[in-house]
Amino acid sequence: MNLFKIIADIEKADPEVGERYSFYSRRSLLKFGSNLAAAGIPTFMAATLNKAMAQSTTPSQKAIDVANFALTLEYLEDDFYKMGLAAANLIPAADRTVISQISKHETAHVNLLKAALAAGAVAKPTFKFPAGTFTTYATFLATARALEDTGVQAYKGQAGELINDKAILLTALQIHSVEARHASEIRRMLGMKGWVSDTTQTTFTQGGVNLKNLNTGKSDDALREAFDEPLTKDQVLAIAKPFL
Amino acid sequence: MKKKQHSSGLTMLPGQLEPVRVGRRLFLRYAGAFTAGGVILSACGNEENPTTVSSTVDLGKDDVGILNYAYALEQLEAAFYTQVIATPYTGMTDAEKTLLTDIRDHEIIHREFFKAALGASAITALSPNFTGVNFGDRASVLGTAKAFEDLGVSAYNGAGPLLKDVNYLALAGKIVSVEARHAAAIRDLLNPKSADFAGDDVVAPATGLDVAAPPATVLTTAQKFVTTPISGANLPK
Repeated sequence: MNLFKIIADIEKADPEVGERYSFYSRRSLLKFGSNLAAAGIPTFMAATLNKAMAQSTTPSQKAIDVANFALTLEYLEDDFYKMGLAAANLIPAADRTVISQISKHETAHVNLLKAALAAGAVAKPTFKFPAGTFTTYATFLATARALEDTGVQAYKGQAGELINDKAILLTALQIHSVEARHASEIRRMLGMKGWVSDTTQTTFTQGGVNLKNLNTGKSDDALREAFDEPLTKDQVLAIAKPFL
Repeated sequence: MKKKQHSSGLTMLPGQLEPVRVGRRLFLRYAGAFTAGGVILSACGNEENPTTVSSTVDLGKDDVGILNYAYALEQLEAAFYTQVIATPYTGMTDAEKTLLTDIRDHEIIHREFFKAALGASAITALSPNFTGVNFGDRASVLGTAKAFEDLGVSAYNGAGPLLKDVNYLALAGKIVSVEARHAAAIRDLLNPKSADFAGDDVVAPATGLDVAAPPATVLTTAQKFVTTPISGANLPK
């Protein structure tokens, strides 16, 4: 099941939806702006948002797709942490503060994206979690790590799609770095480093620069850790599939 | 800027007998510096001692300006962590040393990456000023590290929408999450297993959104740690 083709499918089935979208879209962006302002975003950024809104009064279809893609991942994370916190004898007392803080953010992300998308928001799917997720803490943490690292990669992979939707890009970036903070904390709770060295990654070129040629004398792990790699939508979907 | 400034905006230089005239001239310079983008420039240095005036580094404009802005911040971070590892604070555990060495290496790689990517457009090497940091003291070092990492996150988040080239945006995205990972780890060292790794002071509880700040704000903070005057006046806004 590809959740992210849902909108396209609805559009095919209902030719009037495109027209409705432009209405919802305009409303959505305004909501984005007002929500951010209400949340106490500094004046400068509010000004940037206004500027972005003046340049493009309607978010692109691409941006709406990205926001719904993000919302689906946030639904998944939100359900996961809520169920974890509700499960008896799962999360040790010493770790509840951390897990509760993450859960709080995922709920906030769901609410923010839902409000921004308004009637254009996808519905929450019913998720399924592998056996042991809420009975074995190690499994729960391992799943949390996968969700957080994938979340970081998913937002990162979509940033380019938002380059012409500055206000939404800014919001996505502000969620992206929160997921990275979560990922770092969860990884360290698992006894891992907070950063990622994917040893299957054998190329070291970033932005046309071969990091190996910089003569920094740093290890391959350090070169990989210094740049978090993105995932495409399809790659994220493949990872999310067991939960859908 | 060591001049004594009166509330009238007039300035008295040591041994100067005509405070009004000189003051007006300096005031105009102050005004110029602020309208140039809010960055505190030290170009208003004392005429009697011209050797203290170092030339301002202009980050430039457009995407190149933003890349130089990132390069400036990475220079600052790399210099800081290099010092942290060179002179470990009292009581630094092996685990802390490993973690801080990793961060040092990432920041050096970021710095060298930007230098190479910018090529001839790269700004010069900046002179850091860490006189306010006590490198022998854990709280001072980790507190500064936390400030730098959060500053980096806010800077990349704020700069992302200012970029025009999608490839640069992708690069900024690859780096900002590493800075956020650092920030969480440093915050956890300071206050283990608390909510601080993504604390309410940086992640707004109502929206779950992380900090984002414009270059002018970030540079004002960064300037306190850099002797070389930096101007972001031509950066995109």
